[in-house]
Amino acid sequence: MITFDGVTKRYADGTVAVDDLSLEVPTGAITVFVGPSGCGKTTSLRMINRMIDPSQGRVLLDGKDVTAVDPATLRRGIGYVIQQAGLFPHRRIVDNVATVPLLLGWDRKKARDRAMELLERVGLDPKMARRYPFQLSGGQQQRVGVARALAADPPVLLMDEPFSAVDPIVRASLQEELLRLQSELHKTIVFVTHDIDEAVKLGDTVAVLRVGGKLAQVAAPADLLSDPADDFVREFLGRDRGIRRLGFVPAKELALDPAPEGVTAEGHGTFNPARDSLRAALDAALLSPDGLAVAVDDDGRVLGVVGQAALVGAARG
Amino acid sequence: MDEPLVRWDWIARNWDNGGPTSVKVLLENHIVMAFVPVVAGLLIAIPLGLACARYRWLYQPTVGVMNVVYSLPSLAVFSILLSVTGLTQTTVIIPLTLFSLAVLIPAVVDGMRSVPDHVRQSAVAMGFRPYRRLVHVELPIAVPVVLAGLRVAAVSSISLVSVGALIGQGGLGYLFIDGWQRQFYTPIVVGIVLVVALALVADLVIIVAQRLLTPWARRRA
Repeated sequence: MITFDGVTKRYADGTVAVDDLSLEVPTGAITVFVGPSGCGKTTSLRMINRMIDPSQGRVLLDGKDVTAVDPATLRRGIGYVIQQAGLFPHRRIVDNVATVPLLLGWDRKKARDRAMELLERVGLDPKMARRYPFQLSGGQQQRVGVARALAADPPVLLMDEPFSAVDPIVRASLQEELLRLQSELHKTIVFVTHDIDEAVKLGDTVAVLRVGGKLAQVAAPADLLSDPADDFVREFLGRDRGIRRLGFVPAKELALDPAPEGVTAEGHGTFNPARDSLRAALDAALLSPDGLAVAVDDDGRVLGVVGQAALVGAARG
Repeated sequence: MDEPLVRWDWIARNWDNGGPTSVKVLLENHIVMAFVPVVAGLLIAIPLGLACARYRWLYQPTVGVMNVVYSLPSLAVFSILLSVTGLTQTTVIIPLTLFSLAVLIPAVVDGMRSVPDHVRQSAVAMGFRPYRRLVHVELPIAVPVVLAGLRVAAVSSISLVSVGALIGQGGLGYLFIDGWQRQFYTPIVVGIVLVVALALVADLVIIVAQRLLTPWARRRA
């Protein structure tokens, strides 16, 4: 667990980047720091691995003040991923990934084996291993960045806008990949972004910060969308809050009606109650000419239907 | 009868005539006097350049001093040094070293500045300590820019050595004075051809070294 205990960062010119931040980042979950530029989210992140030291207050990692630990030693135990990946241009991909293990004194063979294993894990072709960073696309470089951060199997991963510089399609696939990895690895992840959609998609907990480095709200994504603490958070969440919140409500509770004669998956919007959200079910209903969303199972068999009125009722909770 | 531009028999007789002004000896001296200042310059420029990159306030004064040095006529520097080092190769090597510094210090500084900030940041964040970061990350990334400066320094050093002929230590430059005094073109042509060839070879060697040292920079440089 990472604890921010009354942390303030004030610069020599008087600028306050982070103002009295107190927050707990739970172990094994993704906590997202989100907010507009100048809200101190990156500064807060960097105080965890001592890239920046606080002016006041303490940052505790598993109960221990990070400023009591030698910075280099501390950092070798914390994975770090940044926007442009920060790969070493003069080293091959495999050696980039092996960086921290080598710093920790692993022998070269073991470090490289580990690097190859991780490249596979983040979905990269082993053929990439011998290439240099400039030979990879932005999305591939970012995968390498994630592999590198995971190389020494650190319990904590810091990610500073890691997917902001890639196009939306690649970004979506990197986000899915991160969630998939996290479901296997259960790291304690602190993820910084200015993109609220990314925050609610990835975060188990979302901490919204406002300009001046003040914490506005900490909540699970669904709670954030349904109960924003104030106007700033409401505005930051943007439009379609109600619809987006439905993305966090599972569709499995919906009462299904038997499918009327002649109604099949053909020509209707469909959803899978076992896996999809209420948002997907509502979307399916809106896509059907007769307003019925057709529920199907994993094999595509029709389980029943649900109408728009019932969906809106369910959405109201 | 017209004098031919090049008299091949002169070259054959003077290539290796055993004397101190045989072309072969002049060429060897030329290489030494051009090569030593560039290597010495690089060895001095790396620590000075690193200091300038680290302490930004040092950079402008250092470059200012170096530019003044660069603007000094080499002949003036020779005459000052003559009283100390006499009519030796050292009298040529010292000013040429200073001239090469004027090119190489900015090259080292620019090289260090060519290290992308996100790369430096990620090195810090992964737990590199400053010395290891310098040696394993920053210096290797600076190599293409430093080598580009080294090419300029090497070529200009090779051409500047000739001026030393005025104090009797100019390597191939002797051929220019000799030919001019006798109104005899063959040594001048030989001198020009060899100086240019030397410059081309030095440039080529550095280019090949760069290819081998920095395969990762091929598309970026």
